[in-house]
Amino acid sequence: MITLHHYLVLAVILFCIGVFGVIVRRNMLVIFMSIELMLSSVNLVFLSFSRFLGSTDGQIWVFMVLTVAAAEAAVGLGIIVALFRNKPTLYVDEVKELKG
Amino acid sequence: MLDFIYKIISPQTVAWLIVAFPLAGATINGMRSLVASRFGKETSHSLTSFIGCGFPILSFVFTLVTFLLLIGFPAGQEPTMITGPLFQWVLDKTLVVDIGLKFDQLSLVMGLIVTGVGSLIHLYSMGYMGHDEGYTRYFSYLNLFLFFMLLLVLADNLVLLFVGWEGVGLCSYLLIGFWFEDPEKAAAGKKAFVVNRIGDAGFLLGIFLIYTTLAANNLPISEHGFKFFNFEVIQHYRAYLLPYATPICLLLFLGACGKSAQIPLYVWLPDAMAGPTPVSALIHAATMVTAGIYMIARLNFLYVLSPTAMTVVAWVGALTAIFAATIAVTQNDIKKVLAYSTISQLGYMFLGLGVGAFSASIFHLMTHAFFKALLFLGAGSVIHAMSGDNDIRNYGGLKEKMPITCWTFVMGAAAIAGIAPLSGFFSKDEILWHTFHSGHTGLWLIGFIGAGLTAFYMFRLVGLTFFGEPQMSSTKWMKVHESPPSMSSVLLILGFLSVVGGWIGIPEAFGGGNHLHHWLEGVFGKVVVHEEMEVSHAPEIILGVVSVLWALHFAILASVIYAQRKEWPEKIAGRFHFVYELLLNKYWIDELYDFVIVRPLLFISRNILWGVVDEKWIDKYAVMGTGQMVLFWNRCVTRLQTGIVQQYLFFFVIGVILMVWRYAF
Repeated sequence: MITLHHYLVLAVILFCIGVFGVIVRRNMLVIFMSIELMLSSVNLVFLSFSRFLGSTDGQIWVFMVLTVAAAEAAVGLGIIVALFRNKPTLYVDEVKELKG
Repeated sequence: MLDFIYKIISPQTVAWLIVAFPLAGATINGMRSLVASRFGKETSHSLTSFIGCGFPILSFVFTLVTFLLLIGFPAGQEPTMITGPLFQWVLDKTLVVDIGLKFDQLSLVMGLIVTGVGSLIHLYSMGYMGHDEGYTRYFSYLNLFLFFMLLLVLADNLVLLFVGWEGVGLCSYLLIGFWFEDPEKAAAGKKAFVVNRIGDAGFLLGIFLIYTTLAANNLPISEHGFKFFNFEVIQHYRAYLLPYATPICLLLFLGACGKSAQIPLYVWLPDAMAGPTPVSALIHAATMVTAGIYMIARLNFLYVLSPTAMTVVAWVGALTAIFAATIAVTQNDIKKVLAYSTISQLGYMFLGLGVGAFSASIFHLMTHAFFKALLFLGAGSVIHAMSGDNDIRNYGGLKEKMPITCWTFVMGAAAIAGIAPLSGFFSKDEILWHTFHSGHTGLWLIGFIGAGLTAFYMFRLVGLTFFGEPQMSSTKWMKVHESPPSMSSVLLILGFLSVVGGWIGIPEAFGGGNHLHHWLEGVFGKVVVHEEMEVSHAPEIILGVVSVLWALHFAILASVIYAQRKEWPEKIAGRFHFVYELLLNKYWIDELYDFVIVRPLLFISRNILWGVVDEKWIDKYAVMGTGQMVLFWNRCVTRLQTGIVQQYLFFFVIGVILMVWRYAF
């Protein structure tokens, strides 16, 4: 029997994979994909609760998140392209102008 | 409408203009000078002269009108006018300072001297400073001086008097160092300023002591309130000051010593001759240096409480009088001779104050203002003609070339020497007579010898400068000329005043009315000593005649020796070599001060205060240490700022986890 707990544990695992990816990967695109993964895991939590509680509120929030994620993807990719034009690299640790 | 205007224009309400006019002149000319130097332009000389001389003359006219108004008061009414608080300076509930002007017999005499002689010297300056680049700046300073001096003499409380006191010190500094490009002159200004500070510290402590003594006594709150600095309040409650009268008077006298150049603080005045000559005449002879005498005369009710302080004042005055007179005998710089003569005459005034002859001192102050201003301006005229040469050994025979200067100068010299019936005779003799009469025979003897020396050095000056053979090259002789009318007319006016100025105070013994003395009685009270004097005038007449003969024989001796028998003084100087050197070098007092005070002070300042305290402690640890500390912490913190986004994110995640941990469990 697959219960709510299974879904939630899966969501937590996906979220942690996302965080881990954001922290350790050097490639900017992969980091970007990890962020999307974190968003998806949160969506999964919304959906599972929606199903479990029999309410559609959670699904509405998922649409909301998807819309924001789409916008965020556009902005994020734009930033990456702009950054790449200035510094031809995809590795974040080579972009450290903020070093004190 | 007219009624309204009449209500506004009363003597009390317009009297402040007397003080305000010179300030206006100083401000306008100061601005013009600043603007001109900012834009590299020339200021118009005629406009500067108009503003610079117009305002002091207006001020003089107003003072004169006030004087005439007060003199016209009916008999029995005190000729006194107080403008009331022009504004109030409240320090706290228990101390109120009302700033007002006081016109009484004493301050009017001073005010007339200051504005009158001041205006004349302004006029003279037009000719003397005519070629100077800093013409506008000069007039601005001179007007500012007049403003502060009027504030000093017209103040109705000690605080305002102190403001004027410091202000004239500032102007004196500015004008001594007027040609500040010359380091020697700038140093002279600095010396005057520093030496005056020593005296001012004593003066300030004296004022504080008056305040604390009065404030400690829980005075009844009357209409005076807490105006502890007001002269009338101090006079009214002077009995409370009795236990502290001696320290108060001595501290105030220290201030007077600084400003009026008495032993031990007289050293700045001879150096102050570095300034333009009219400045020497106005500030360092006629007015500012008499501020100390004015202050003591103003506070006479305090000084009579302390016989000790009076004795000190008298002795310091007498010693200064003879000390400076002996130095003046050997000096070769015309202005230095006059400077030492000023110190000596100020000593006479202090002698007079010390023996209780306040009105005689003020009388001498007045006549001195006339003849010393005349002598300085005459000296200025000579220096002008000699294109800046101060050394009297290079003069000689100037009588033919500059008759006006010569004869007015001789008038001034005769007046200061005390030859009857010129002004100096009456005033100086009155001081000496009071000294003798009050039983101070020792002091009188010193003063009497000093009077002979005065005649000697003044006529030495006259003999060397105007008589005898010219000691300069013939080309220079050709260039010597009489000064322009703007200068010589002032000399004539002052010469006239030097002759007749003393006639308002001819004592009864010589058949005069002694008007000045009676006029000042309202301030100084009727001194008891005078009662017996009415009985017999014989001693006074005898003393007067003796001192005239004494002065006259020295005057003739000196002028003959120095005009015709120049080898005599050289022989005497050779015979008494040590004494001559001692006097020529002014008793090595400057060197002594330099060795005892200045050098140790500089040594301590340089090696300890600067070398150790400032450089090692303050600079190294306090100033640089703070910087080093900041840098150290900065270095620690910047390690965290790697610029790698993922590390920031890592900390961010850890922070989130900790926060969730904190709130979840």
